[in-house]
Amino acid sequence: MSIEEIENEIVEEFELFGDDWEGKYEHLIDLGKHLPLIDKQYKTDDRLINGCQSKVWLHSELKDEKVVFTADSDAIITKGIVALMIRVISGHTTDEIINAQLKFINKVGLIEHLSPTRSNGLVSMIKQMKLDALAYKQLKTLN
Amino acid sequence: MTIETIAKNSTLNIQKLRQDFPILSKKVNGKPLVYLDNGATAQKPKQVIDAISNYYQTQNANVHRGVHQLSIEITVAYENARTTVQKHLNAAFSKEIIFTSGTTESINLVANSFGKKYIKAGDEIIISEMEHHSNILPWQMLCEEKGAVLKIIPINEKGELLIDEYKKLLCGKTKIVAVTHISNTLGTINPVKEIIALAHEKNIPVLIDGAQALPHIKVDLQDLDADFYCFGAHKIFGPSGVGILYGKEKWLNEMPPYKVGGGTIKTVTFEKTEYADLPLKFEAGTPNIEGGIGLAAAIDYVNEIGLENIGAYECELLEYATKKLSAVEGLRIIGTAKEKASVISFVIEEVHPLDVGTILDKQGIAVRTGHHCTQPLMEHFGIPGTIRASLVFYNTKEEIDVLVNGIQKAIKMLK
Repeated sequence: MSIEEIENEIVEEFELFGDDWEGKYEHLIDLGKHLPLIDKQYKTDDRLINGCQSKVWLHSELKDEKVVFTADSDAIITKGIVALMIRVISGHTTDEIINAQLKFINKVGLIEHLSPTRSNGLVSMIKQMKLDALAYKQLKTLN
Repeated sequence: MTIETIAKNSTLNIQKLRQDFPILSKKVNGKPLVYLDNGATAQKPKQVIDAISNYYQTQNANVHRGVHQLSIEITVAYENARTTVQKHLNAAFSKEIIFTSGTTESINLVANSFGKKYIKAGDEIIISEMEHHSNILPWQMLCEEKGAVLKIIPINEKGELLIDEYKKLLCGKTKIVAVTHISNTLGTINPVKEIIALAHEKNIPVLIDGAQALPHIKVDLQDLDADFYCFGAHKIFGPSGVGILYGKEKWLNEMPPYKVGGGTIKTVTFEKTEYADLPLKFEAGTPNIEGGIGLAAAIDYVNEIGLENIGAYECELLEYATKKLSAVEGLRIIGTAKEKASVISFVIEEVHPLDVGTILDKQGIAVRTGHHCTQPLMEHFGIPGTIRASLVFYNTKEEIDVLVNGIQKAIKMLK
């Protein structure tokens, strides 16, 4: 599936909850529990994302021309948000990731309810994911 | 327990007082607002809002400058506000009351100005392990600039200062002590009178960070004998962007101006400037006039209720909240000092404070989560942060019940 198709899938998933905030957050928490976890050896301070009140570790690798992300967080709702981001972005090419619009973030009616500490963290997270993709692209050009 | 029975138990009519605060009837996320983040900033009564609104509608002019009637009237009102602060704190003179932008600027002013004049390489500055970053960073920066050394008073597991350790730190090299009156994270009320007396035995001046103290307790500066005392208006139901530095006249006279500009001078030539007397020497530029007026209105409001009444009621609230919160499985209160204000920090086993704060917010409950600008303190307790409920006189036992139910729900969802 393309990034946009996955985004649409998530939007539909969250639309089912309507105004039920509990349902939305329970779903997010559940997603957090299934986050593709970062390998222990990569859970280091240099992989911490800045701007978040909770800790978020993010790692990426290039596999068959696709960027694959793994992550972890010490807060479960944050983990759910990270899981959503990874579901959308991970496993795509560098160009697809760099150009991703990520319109689903506003559409799921979730992010506007998050505290600025969380949304700042989210912005940093997206920035880091795109920067990783850009770095792999640059490396390829150099090689 | 209903609001009526609380009102009966206490001398305050809380329900009536709550009506003074328009924001308290607001709904957040569809639920009645339960505002328990007063340690970050307190809500404003209409008496304060009206004073500020009235200033803009009928009094606006610049102070200390004009010969016209409006300017004269607002200068009198602004100086009366200074006197209101002086009387409230029982300071000896109104010229010892300097208007600043808040606690942070007050501390920066002293660190810069006192530091410039008195601190040299090898000198020592004492702060404590429970300080807010605002009472750490200005001193740390000063130490780095001057080659001075920052010494830290340690705390025990309850979150109380170890006074015996403090005594050992005081020595010939100590040039100033800067300690908080009430910890913003733990609620600990420090024995500042004793801390000051011990320093004064060695002729060392003491600065007290009173940001969290003013809304809760009566501060008598002449009784405390503090050399410097700092606070911001917004935590005592006044406007943001204005605060106070109290300094003993003898120090303020000796200290050089911190910021310079309009209003701080007697005469200026391109060769030399003679600075104004206190307090204007430290008040460069057009001040936050409405802030001063609003602060005075807030102090009048608090005094009308009476800090003794407030203290008695908050003590009751703290006891109730401590009992209720302690009964929550897996919840641990951080900060259990014997002398404590109505500030309760806690952590919950296996759940992150940020997650709890998010779920509480969805239920209309405003708390603070995180390190509360006291990272060294978090390190001491080995935790990433806490959830903090900071209560003032307009909070009720019913709201504490809502908080406890909210926490139970958060735990159920998050675990």
